[in-house]
Amino acid sequence: MSIPSNETTPVVLSAIGVTKRYGHVQALRGVDFDIRRDEVHALVGDNGAGKSTFIKILSGAVQSDTGTIAIDGDPVEIHSPEDSRRLGIETVYQDLAIAESLDLGENIFLGRELSRRGILGKLGFIDRPEMRRQGMAHLERLGTSLPSASVPLESMSGGQRQAVAVARAAAWGKKVLILDEPAAALGVRQTKQVLELIRRSTQQNHLGVIFISHNVPQVLDIADRITVLRQGKVCLHCDRSEASVDLLIRAMSGLLDSADEAGEN
Amino acid sequence: MATTSRNNSVVDLRVRIARRLLSSTNGLIFAVLIGLIAIFSFLSPDQRFFSATNFTAIGVDTAEILLLAAGETYIMIAGGIDLSCGAFVVFSAVISAELVGNLSATADQAAALVFPHLLLGISAAVVGGILAGSLWGWINGFIAIRWKVPPFIVTLGTLGMSLGAAQLITGGLNVPNVPPAFQSAFGIGRIWGIPWMVIISAIVVSIMWVVLHQTRFGLRTYAIGSNAEAARRAGINVGRHLIMLYTLMGLMAGIVGVLDVARFDTASIAAHTTDNLQAIAAAAIGGVSLYGGKGRMSGTVIGAFIPAVLRNGFIILGFQPYWQEVAVGGVLILAVYIDQVRRRSVGAVVLEEQPKSEHPPSADRNGVGNDSQN
Repeated sequence: MSIPSNETTPVVLSAIGVTKRYGHVQALRGVDFDIRRDEVHALVGDNGAGKSTFIKILSGAVQSDTGTIAIDGDPVEIHSPEDSRRLGIETVYQDLAIAESLDLGENIFLGRELSRRGILGKLGFIDRPEMRRQGMAHLERLGTSLPSASVPLESMSGGQRQAVAVARAAAWGKKVLILDEPAAALGVRQTKQVLELIRRSTQQNHLGVIFISHNVPQVLDIADRITVLRQGKVCLHCDRSEASVDLLIRAMSGLLDSADEAGEN
Repeated sequence: MATTSRNNSVVDLRVRIARRLLSSTNGLIFAVLIGLIAIFSFLSPDQRFFSATNFTAIGVDTAEILLLAAGETYIMIAGGIDLSCGAFVVFSAVISAELVGNLSATADQAAALVFPHLLLGISAAVVGGILAGSLWGWINGFIAIRWKVPPFIVTLGTLGMSLGAAQLITGGLNVPNVPPAFQSAFGIGRIWGIPWMVIISAIVVSIMWVVLHQTRFGLRTYAIGSNAEAARRAGINVGRHLIMLYTLMGLMAGIVGVLDVARFDTASIAAHTTDNLQAIAAAAIGGVSLYGGKGRMSGTVIGAFIPAVLRNGFIILGFQPYWQEVAVGGVLILAVYIDQVRRRSVGAVVLEEQPKSEHPPSADRNGVGNDSQN
């Protein structure tokens, strides 16, 4: 079922020497990170380790001070969320970034609504039935479904809502999916469903998935590779086969010395 | 996922949707309106309530508030509020009346009821009044969005500013010299027995109805009120959209201002002081949420008619008309209360696939509980 971390799949996104300073705080001190096609690369770290800053740089919410980002080997500039999206990067945020009073189709196509055909479409009329149909098709391709495509998502469970958010990102992300603590607000069973969904969208759409979490067992469950950030630097980088709960927690809390880190690499 | 269980859940869902429709605020409020019409028709002597003449009167009564309530519906669905629309009506009416009064004739000619440049005056009055309202609306939006001042405060501020400005322009008096032709042709004019006021209001509100529910612009209005951050992340220019909504509200106030001049042949400074509250009440009675993201134009239309029917019915039955205000206040609170209760119960009924038997239900509860905190 799961895809082995395959050294032969191409790197879709690479970041080299990324730094960011907020006033007196050096949030990132030269982070190197890459993501291959078809893999889930977990980015873990304690609060303040720089995970969110790094992710915000990739999704265009903030800009790095130095460093280069390349997509498919070509250097790119990401100055805004629009740039990021245009490059094929989609982000799912932990706080269930959907509009709850809208239905499945309206959420999947939010900001990219489908027009009706002909003159009505030019006047801004939208094709709700088609958005619902395609929205449901996106969900079903990921092996999940909703009881209805036309009911506001507020009447759905948290897991279902997050499934819509993941399906939305998977539908539009051409290269990279960034999942920022996607299961932080979910219960045990729903978390499992969402992780399964992430796994499937990685395989089906040949995306690279960056998975942010500080839930170590969850990371070991889903990730192919794991990078640990601490105080704005990469302090551990390893394959899942080399990782353990103990190792990751020691890395996150700064108990690895540099000799250990070298050994793991 | 087994097909049988999915078929079951589809049937189950239909039942739930039907139940929801019946218990929806819109359905309930519509029943209240029909009930009121029935009661007044039954109680009023000689069918004075249930007559074309009286319904026309109710229509004229509602036309202006309906236009303002339609604008307010957009703003409230997007999560904002506008307290200034009634004052903008007065300002627009003053601009409109001054333009038609000064451009269609000199003061001497007007005194003799001679208006040589009637067409120019009326055109300028219509365009100028609508532009004046739109400009104020844009100012609301610009300050609320770009300066990030809460819309409640911005619109309270512009309410005072525009009303004060209107009084400065007129010296606190009603504007004279509006040509009577403006009123006879337009303000009290009819087509097929239906007053122009009603026709214009119906056309404009119908367009706003369709735009709200069928177009990209309408959908994004809901999205912004539901989750502005999600809308922003989806690439929607939230600030620009909101400024457009406030401008649209101002445009509505401008239209009402012009209609008002045509209706009364003057710009009356003292009128419209509670239009803002009436417009908000109409939308809220109709189920538009003050928290944004929810509401339908059909609800607003019903919500605008209930106060007019109450006022009209009380007058016909010989009650003191002030009872209308008491009754509308009560309806407003009850409508929003019932809506809250309904939403809470809908929120509790999660349309989830049933927990599979091998999983302890507590795990599921856990997830649901967490959601409600979000």
